[in-house]
Amino acid sequence: MNLHEYQARALLKAAGVPVPDGDVATTPAEVEAVARRIGGAVVVKAQVHAGGRGKAGGVKLVKTPEEAAAVAETILGMQIKGLTVQKVLVVPAAEIATEAYVGLILDRESQRPVFMVSPAGGIDIEEVAATTPDKIMRLPVDPRFGLLPHQAMALAFFLYRDIKQVRAAADIMQRLYRVFTENGASLAEINPLVTTPEGKVLALDAKVSIDDNELDRRPDLAALRDDSAEDPSEVEARNAGLTFIKLDGNVGCVVNGAGLAMATMDLVKYYGGEPANFLDIGGSSNPEKVVNALKIITADPSVRAILFNIFGGITRTDDVANGIKAALAEFPVQVPIVVRLTGTNETEAVQILKGIGMTALSDMDEAVSRVVALVKEAA
Amino acid sequence: MSIFIGKDTRLVVQGITGRDGSFHARQMMEYGTRVVAGVTPGKGGQTFEGSVPVYDTVAEAVAEAGANAAVIYVPPMGAAGAIFEAVDAGITMVVCITEGVPVIEMTRVMPFVRDRGARLIGPNCPGAITPGEAKVGIIPGRICAPGRVGLVSRSGTLTYEVVNQLTRAGIGQSTCVGIGGDPIIGTNFIDCLRAFEEDPATDAIVMMGEIGGTDEQHAAAFVRAHVTKPVVGFIAGQTAPPGRRMGHAGAIISGSSGTAAEKMAAFEEAGISVMKRPADVVPLLKARLT
Repeated sequence: MNLHEYQARALLKAAGVPVPDGDVATTPAEVEAVARRIGGAVVVKAQVHAGGRGKAGGVKLVKTPEEAAAVAETILGMQIKGLTVQKVLVVPAAEIATEAYVGLILDRESQRPVFMVSPAGGIDIEEVAATTPDKIMRLPVDPRFGLLPHQAMALAFFLYRDIKQVRAAADIMQRLYRVFTENGASLAEINPLVTTPEGKVLALDAKVSIDDNELDRRPDLAALRDDSAEDPSEVEARNAGLTFIKLDGNVGCVVNGAGLAMATMDLVKYYGGEPANFLDIGGSSNPEKVVNALKIITADPSVRAILFNIFGGITRTDDVANGIKAALAEFPVQVPIVVRLTGTNETEAVQILKGIGMTALSDMDEAVSRVVALVKEAA
Repeated sequence: MSIFIGKDTRLVVQGITGRDGSFHARQMMEYGTRVVAGVTPGKGGQTFEGSVPVYDTVAEAVAEAGANAAVIYVPPMGAAGAIFEAVDAGITMVVCITEGVPVIEMTRVMPFVRDRGARLIGPNCPGAITPGEAKVGIIPGRICAPGRVGLVSRSGTLTYEVVNQLTRAGIGQSTCVGIGGDPIIGTNFIDCLRAFEEDPATDAIVMMGEIGGTDEQHAAAFVRAHVTKPVVGFIAGQTAPPGRRMGHAGAIISGSSGTAAEKMAAFEEAGISVMKRPADVVPLLKARLT
């Protein structure tokens, strides 16, 4: 789960990382009030989960509170990469001497948190990594010992020469590491970490992603989720315990298991169709999940046919069949449904489907090629 | 013969009195796995299914029932602790089925597992099965058949799909291992490839990968350098959009890295026969085995 900049900033601030003054606002009047309190020139920054906010016109520098209110008028409600801006962050316009990058990621290969720092900050770090890799220092941290003092200093020396700034930066690294581990982050990034003309070191912008697995035990972090920043059908699916990702095609897919769900989408494409979604009903055998899955898929007007691909293990195929039966009794489905199921309680499942005039296939390729053919006939 | 689990496996089930733990303990016993103990703190002294002693701790299960392998069915927030406990009790083969274990916990678990010389499979995996000998986890026994093809996969039901295709075509398996879909896992493709290469009961290897990370690329390099047996591979997620987590926490394309195309190219370069769809597994294997 990605946090907004203002949320990430709050986590850093609570851990003692120096961040500029500032506040989040949802109306032009609030923006004006924050700007007046800060005094002087301010930057108004759109809070959306999208890169390139500046290029899209979502970040503006203004000189007065009145101007701040005026730009807030245009930024609030604007669309950036399909997402509506509902909040802005108002911060003082900082005078910047240097910009650096400090990032901490959960690295799959070393199986450790890894620091990446670069004196070339404020820009896309992937680009720095590709063009000038010598400008990046990488340091895996052994989670048993944490970030050792000399390691924090080494990272800081890679960024600064002035010993005061080095010590300040090393302290920020330690605090960032704490934010990362204590909140179960998969990414924590300060970009840019700036020095001011007076020599202060400040975190000007922050990005934090929380491991989704952490949210069950951390309701405080789960509460930071911004549903308005996501597709409504995906929010509905998550609340129903389904993993759903909307795609551009017209073949709705209901599958158990993430790997099989991906392979099913791929097979739809292989037979010349386009999947409308990724949907994993998970390992549970709850007919209610199937009803919810069908509701979400049929709400998408581009769906021309629906494919079930169920390989029963923990999932009982008769539960899935009962779910289909319950859904069809509850609301009409206007598009054809092709069901492939095999595995646990398959005989019962076939009988249940027979009872409502449906047949079930046992072969995945046969089912996928049939659903793609049905979509083509309908077109 | 087989890898990781077999006739000598003496299994303790952690979380044996829970809903999933008890269901799958029964299934494993029906399959013929030697389930010698269960562990649920506070339920020590009970007996499961009239024959399996339940203990409060894994240490007791090792001392009193001689357990040498553990399978974990405890809820996500207790799973990392359960792995620590099993390894601390001297168990050297631990399979963690639990989905949703916080990844930061796994960064602490892994150095401990390595230092003790133990092997962890998972978390968030279906476990392993050596057909005809033992199953540890949740892979349905009836879709498997004893034979000489080793299978390693990051997925659950996709594994079943492919195993089922093999069995229906009369191709049995030496061992099937589901390594799990999380970003940090105990056993990776290379560990399994090495074990299958060394296993005299395995003639060929099927490898089921997916988008995200670079494990498959490293595995391909390993195959090229160290594997003499034929390998057939698949990558799920050829149509997955970048930047989205496709169910598995590890299945995400970041920037231009971790795509199916990149992984399939790495497979081809390493001489791995690439399946375009699961059904290709049978003809590709047959071609490589004749």
